[in-house]
Amino acid sequence: MPDGAQPVLDVTGLQCVFHTRGGEVHAVNDVSFDLAPGELLGVVGESGSGKSVTMMSLIGLVPTPPAELRGGRVMFEGRDLMQAGEGDLRSVRGGRIGFVFQDPMTSLNPVFTVGMQIAEPLRKHMGLGKRAARDRAVELLELVGIPDAARRLGDYPHQFSGGMRQRVMIAIALACDPKVLIADEPTTALDVTIQAQILELMKELRDKLGMAVIWITHDLGVIAGIADRVLVMYGGQIVEHAPVRELFANPRHPYTQALLTTVPSVRGGRARRLTVIEGQPPILSSPPAACPFRDRCPHRMPICDRANPQRYPVGARHDAACFLVDPGIAAGGA
Amino acid sequence: MRDTADPRPLVSVRDLKMHFPIHTGLLQRHTGDVKAVDGVSFDVMEGETLGLVGESGCGKSTCGRAVLRLYELTGGSVTIAGQDIAKLSQGALRRMRPTMQMVFQDPQASLNPRMSVRQIIQEPLDEHTRLGRAEKREKVLELMDAVGLNRRFAGRFPHAFSGGQRQRIGIARALALNPRFIVCDEPIAALDVSIQAQVVNLLEDLQEQFGLTYLFISHDLSMVRHIATRVAVMYLGRIVELAPREDLYADPLHPYTRALLSAVPEPDPDAAARPRTVLTGDVPSPANPPKGCNFCTRCPQVIDVCHEVDPETREVRPGRYVACHLFDQDNEGAGPTGTRGDKEHNQRGETT
Repeated sequence: MPDGAQPVLDVTGLQCVFHTRGGEVHAVNDVSFDLAPGELLGVVGESGSGKSVTMMSLIGLVPTPPAELRGGRVMFEGRDLMQAGEGDLRSVRGGRIGFVFQDPMTSLNPVFTVGMQIAEPLRKHMGLGKRAARDRAVELLELVGIPDAARRLGDYPHQFSGGMRQRVMIAIALACDPKVLIADEPTTALDVTIQAQILELMKELRDKLGMAVIWITHDLGVIAGIADRVLVMYGGQIVEHAPVRELFANPRHPYTQALLTTVPSVRGGRARRLTVIEGQPPILSSPPAACPFRDRCPHRMPICDRANPQRYPVGARHDAACFLVDPGIAAGGA
Repeated sequence: MRDTADPRPLVSVRDLKMHFPIHTGLLQRHTGDVKAVDGVSFDVMEGETLGLVGESGCGKSTCGRAVLRLYELTGGSVTIAGQDIAKLSQGALRRMRPTMQMVFQDPQASLNPRMSVRQIIQEPLDEHTRLGRAEKREKVLELMDAVGLNRRFAGRFPHAFSGGQRQRIGIARALALNPRFIVCDEPIAALDVSIQAQVVNLLEDLQEQFGLTYLFISHDLSMVRHIATRVAVMYLGRIVELAPREDLYADPLHPYTRALLSAVPEPDPDAAARPRTVLTGDVPSPANPPKGCNFCTRCPQVIDVCHEVDPETREVRPGRYVACHLFDQDNEGAGPTGTRGDKEHNQRGETT
């Protein structure tokens, strides 16, 4: 991605807190990132790391209450989505920003035909007439590789297989020519051979349509194959951010390093024993005043208990939130 | 597979069939069968881990359950420790149960939320042993130690535990009766990556400690490569290839195994750039499998005979079993890469 390009999406200081019976849960803490036009940004993290909530809160998809957006700025097409009203957000969602969710079984409405569900955003957001919407729907289904598209418009979701349903979801998300597509674990519920089909399709569509994509997943293999740049999330924060090759060749945060060694591979060497990250991910009941990874970190230092590290630059477009790479500490010792 | 060499088979499965009837219409007539498992044969050697891999719907879980006779089999035999359990009476089967246990996929759904950890682990002891109260208590605590659960949590209920810890409870319960054979049905599928490694390492430790034999069912090919001694690949109710782990991953023979391995995303951006075999279409319905080879609708190397004749499983190299016409004697010259039929496939996998 050219460095000078104006980002399509610029997020700074995003914070999201959930109010639960057990108290507050700080799901997203001071998350900042940007997205260049046509870029594919991968977001990795375990369940509960805040990756989905971050992306949902960008466009007001987290229900408030129980959630509360405590701050942050989300610049998209020259305005701040955090300040936008519900009506404005509604025109952005499914229009300029498309969404694909994890489970293709539950995100389609079972009582409407696929054709009606693809036509809905076309008529609502783009004001197309019935006829035009239908023609465009056929075009979209062909674009995502569904054979015999015109006939299948009249079919209901249960008549499609899982992989085909996910293709329909992608067609709906693409309906209004989005500038940004947010895909939340879109292939997690699919088999590997079907996942491979969807990944190929996504790469092809990105090149053809030139939209920027945010791809949320827990699978580092998927990230390696598809992303340009990667955010690694842990405990509601971005702990590392790097171009994809750099991240896999030169991971700097201990969590990223551990994550890369804990996953076995189908090729290459086979470890006799798997590396384990001991312990559990944290549940943040207060804003983190210390590093969220410290309890599981093999390099824990006294300072890790006292302060939460900021993201220190460690290379070109590469930063890590760890005191190990803090220039002050690396030079003088803790 | 049918090797009678050094390691003795603890479990021998022969031509196992598990069909589920389909009833339709007002009168609920029997109109067909879902052939979830359709003629599967394999051995699990004493002390080994046999990996059983395949995509969802291929019948691997049904196969695992059928092996323990959690279903009444449609056909075939399952011999565990010298007993053909397919034909045992319910009473005799019940006496066999302590030998063969199961670890389930979903640790949330397989633990009773109203029972404490102690009650859950103790239940098999209540049912199958005549231990005294104190002995049972002691045994439960020992089991908790063995799977790495803190003894102090014995009185807690499943909801108080994380997914990985719940899976440990399920494993402790499976271990309670000193089984020899455990079917692990996707035991790590519901867990986060960093927790998966913990559970897999635990399973390996326990295998060593108690001399267990595992049938490890999973769709995660990289994890199976880590844990399994030999690997069987299932597709649409059949085993298409069975081989020692290293052979299978280094040099897959069946076109389906090749495609499956090629589709696994690898955590390496350079490897990701290499061309992969992307299968077109979906798996056909097991209620209406295609004529001939089950894989013929998606196979990139399909030849004419595949649409006509169902390939037999044969040992093509020592210890390597493949069910594919490319390895037939008369097609030997063609070899696995010799013929490339670039035919259009029906996307829905139907044959006419």
